[in-house]
This record gives sequence, C-alpha cells and structure tokens, in this order.
Amino acid sequence: MTNVRLVAVSAGLGKPSATRLLADRLVTAARERLERQGEEVEVRVIELRDLASDIANNLVTGFPGARLREAVEAVTGADALIAVTPVFTASYSGLFKSFFDVIEPDALTGKPVLVAATGGTARHSLVLDHAMRPLFGYLRALVVPTGVYAAAEDWGGAGDGLTATLPDRITRAAGELAAFTAAARQARPAGPAQTPAGDGAKEKEEAEVVPFEQLLASLRPGRG
Amino acid sequence: MVIKVQFGIFTVGDVTTDPTTGRTPTEHERVKAMVAIALKAEEVGLDVFATGEHHNPPFVPSSPTTMLGYIAARTERLILSTSTTLITTNDPVKIAEDFAMLQHLADGRVDLMMGRGNTGPVYPWFGQDIRNGIPLAIENYALLHRLWREDVVDWEGRFRTPLQGFTSTPRPLDGVPPFVWHGSIRSPEIAEQAAYYGDGFFANNIFWPKEHYQRLIGLYRQRYAHYGHGAPEQAIVGLGGQVFMRKNSQDAIREFRPYFDVAPVYGHGPSLEEFMRETPLTVGSPEQVVERTLKFREYFGDYQRQLFLVDHAGLPLKTVLEQIDMLGEEVVPVLRKEFAIGRPANVPDAPTHSSLLAARTAEPAPAEA
Repeated sequence: MTNVRLVAVSAGLGKPSATRLLADRLVTAARERLERQGEEVEVRVIELRDLASDIANNLVTGFPGARLREAVEAVTGADALIAVTPVFTASYSGLFKSFFDVIEPDALTGKPVLVAATGGTARHSLVLDHAMRPLFGYLRALVVPTGVYAAAEDWGGAGDGLTATLPDRITRAAGELAAFTAAARQARPAGPAQTPAGDGAKEKEEAEVVPFEQLLASLRPGRG
Repeated sequence: MVIKVQFGIFTVGDVTTDPTTGRTPTEHERVKAMVAIALKAEEVGLDVFATGEHHNPPFVPSSPTTMLGYIAARTERLILSTSTTLITTNDPVKIAEDFAMLQHLADGRVDLMMGRGNTGPVYPWFGQDIRNGIPLAIENYALLHRLWREDVVDWEGRFRTPLQGFTSTPRPLDGVPPFVWHGSIRSPEIAEQAAYYGDGFFANNIFWPKEHYQRLIGLYRQRYAHYGHGAPEQAIVGLGGQVFMRKNSQDAIREFRPYFDVAPVYGHGPSLEEFMRETPLTVGSPEQVVERTLKFREYFGDYQRQLFLVDHAGLPLKTVLEQIDMLGEEVVPVLRKEFAIGRPANVPDAPTHSSLLAARTAEPAPAEA
C-alpha cells in the first residue's frame, strides 16, 4: 500500500464558507476513489484566509514566513492538489492568485490538479476555463478535464434534469483526479519518496547543481 | 596584523526620506555621508567598508571605484570592497582595469564582490538582457579572472567584442589579483562558481530565513572541497547582518520602528517583531547583537567576513555614526574574542593582499588553467 498526499487549497473567506464546503466535498470524494485504488491517503486542507497576511508579507519581502513556507511545501510536495476559489470580479480571488504567485513557477510541473470554484450564480462558471485552467496550464500542472463550479443554487435542488448535478460533477472530477494521480505516480521514476522539506530539499538542491565546467562549456562561441 | 574574521559595514547608498522628520537628504549629502561612514568604520577599528553599485534612483553609488579611491586616500588600514560589483552589465575589461588601479592606489587594501543585480531595466540600459543573468555572470567573470592572471589575453565569447593580444593595465599589485567574493541571495550556480575558482562566497542573508542560507553555504563548502581547494570548513564564507542598537533594547525598538515600517525594501509588510524572528535583523542592545551574531557561526560554520547594514531607510548620519561607534566599541571586540575561541587551526583567516601574497610566495608558479 502506498501513501498519497492529497492537499486542498481553499480561498474562501467566510467562516463557514461555501468554498471550503466544496473543497471538503471534493476531498472526501477524491479520498474515496484513491482508497478504492488501494492507496492510503493523507489529507491536508489549507485555508488561505489564515495565511492572508503571510502571503502579503511574502509579496513585499520576497520570502515566505515559517507558516506560509510550511503551507507552500505541503502544496508543492502533494501528490494531488484540489484548488478551490470563490469568484471575485469575474475571476479567481486576488488572495488565491497571490498564493500561487509566491510559489516557484516550476514547482507544480506535472502535478495532478482539480480546479473548482464557487459563485453566487452559474453565470460565472466559465471562470474554471477562462481563468483557472490558463493559470495551471502556465504552471504545467495536469489539470483534470472536469472542473467543478458550484453556484448558490447547486447547494439545493436536484438540477434541471439536463445537466449533471453537483454531486455527479464532484464524483466525476474526483475519479479523474484519482486516475491522474495513479498515472503520475507510475510515470515517476522509482526511488525514495520525495520529501518536501528538510534534508530532502537539501539533497534536491545539491543534486540539481550544474557542474561549473558544463556552465562554462555551454557559453563557448559557436554554441547555442 | 592577522585578522581571523573581518568585520565591516556594507551600504546600499539609498537616498530615503527620514520618516520621522520628513527630510530627504540631497544626493550630495548622501555621497558625503557614505564617505563619513567609511571613515568612522576605520576610526573605530572595523576592517571593511563595502559599497553597493546602482544605476537608478534613489541610489547614488553608480561609480564605486571613484568613491573607494577617495576613501583610500583618507584611510590607512580599512579594506575597500563592494556589495556588489555588477558582473553582468559592466564590461569585465573595465572592472579589471578599475579595480587594479584602485588596488595600486590603496596599496592592496581592495577586494570586491561580484553580483548580478536584480533591477530589470539596468540590463537593457547597458545593452544586456536579464534572462542572460547567469550566463553573463559566468562568461564575464571567466574573462576578468584571466585578465588579472595572464599578461596577454586572446579571448572570444558570446557577450563581448573579442580581444586579440590585450593587456589589462595596470597589472595587479605584486601580481596578486584582488580577492573576489561572489554574492548571492538565492542562486546555487553562483555558489558553484565561487567554489570552482576557490573564491569567497558571500551570502547576503539579511532577508531570508537561515535554512535557505545553510543549504547555499553547505553547497558552496562541499563544492569548494570537490574542486580541490581544501576541506569544506576551509572555504571562505562571508555573511550579511542588519542591526540597530541602543543601550536599552526597548529604546532601540522604539527608535527604529518608524524607519523599519516604511523601509524601501521590506516596509509596509511584516511587523518588526516578525522580521526579527525570520531574518538576522537585530534591534536591541549591543549584547543582543553579539548574542545573535555568535549564532551565525553555529548555523554556517566558522567564517571569514561579517558585514553589517546600518545606514539605510533614511536613518540620519548622526545616528548611523553612533551605530558604528557601538559596533567598534561594544560589539566587534567581543565577537573577535568569541570567534577566536574554538576556531579550528585549519580554518583560514580572512584573506588580505598580504596573506595572498605570502601564500603565493610559499607556493611558487601555480599552474593557470
């Protein structure tokens, strides 16, 4: 049995918040699917509200404080990520964007990501495709085909009979995330499990250093 | 005189309004204040004065060797350095010439710190592209390194006009090039570069948490050994620090807070308390500064150079000079004593012109790659 680190990022501001509620529903569904695949799942939900001033401070100083650093390491070290934002002024919230702004641009490469959003009306549902997909596309994450948008009306009622209901969409998206996660883990070369911080990061940095002769050689005239 | 660890001041040279009075110094006042700070550093027994290099307001020090040459004429023992010299956008030929000239004028009291510079527009202003930052740092330094060691240089690279039969004059004093530090805030490539040449590595740790610099310095030490310059603990390490002191620590905090809160680099962000927790900034009594600085050795190993930032964010010159007095009288003498205790015999002293000259005399004719 392996261990999957499933991390959800919720940018909801209310307490309780519909965004957090959606994040929790997605986490539950994804955990279920992963466990059915024989995975042991470790869940972590990160509320950006609790990190709001840390994120602003990082933007100003250029480095994360201890609390934010720990959250960023959890996200970059996750095997699967669920990212949920409320719609603010026709897009993801500024807090949501700022959190991903302080993460290194290559840190989410190849990571399975489920995008989800909440809003007052269904008219904003294309925020998933017009804002969130480009963001994670830029970060070269593997965004699953189904994004989940929950309008206020989705929390009650049984839909119109023509569109999939919120529970259906959640189940489908969670299934896709579980499949992507399994595929991404298979694609990863065998070796010791990556640890997000501490000695693991140290080893990573040392392994990544390009020998100086190589740096020099790439500059010789006639090259690139 | 052998100095195990050099202590000094590094300045950014910003012109910033004093938030407590609303007064902004003129550029002329700031330039003269930087000189006064250097002279004070020598007067109180510090070892190093280093100036930044900037090509945009609100900074004044665009021409470091001019300023350092003037300071050289008015000092006797202070080592004149930079923090940093832009290896990306300056012509390496001009760096070789300017600093060799300065080295002669200052009778060897010169070293310099290479840096890339992180102000985007400076690159195009000097005909370069910031995306080439690392390649520029590598190629330009490779040329500079040769210009100081080979009398006649033929050279061709990607970024500069080729040279045929070029001799950089004056030749370095006594045939010993100025010692070079490579400054880095985050790039492992620069630690690798410093290790390759057996040069010094200066980690300007004043903004980031220590763990980041432990990794960077650890990498430099390990690669220094890899390239055969000595054991990891023999690599030449410099560190930054940032302090504000008053006899009573509460007075220090009360006086410094308005400057901190609106400081150009980190102002309007974390609280003073948070920033002190996360970074080496120490605002308090001289004893607290001693205690905090002694920790650096625990974190990073025995090292060779400690520079303090004391003159930014609009602090008035009078206050800055008081800070340097306290460094010279109450902080550095204690640190010198404490750092000497238990320092392994194989850890090298801070490099100077005379120590480099002595080392070269002891090992004649080193092969130059």
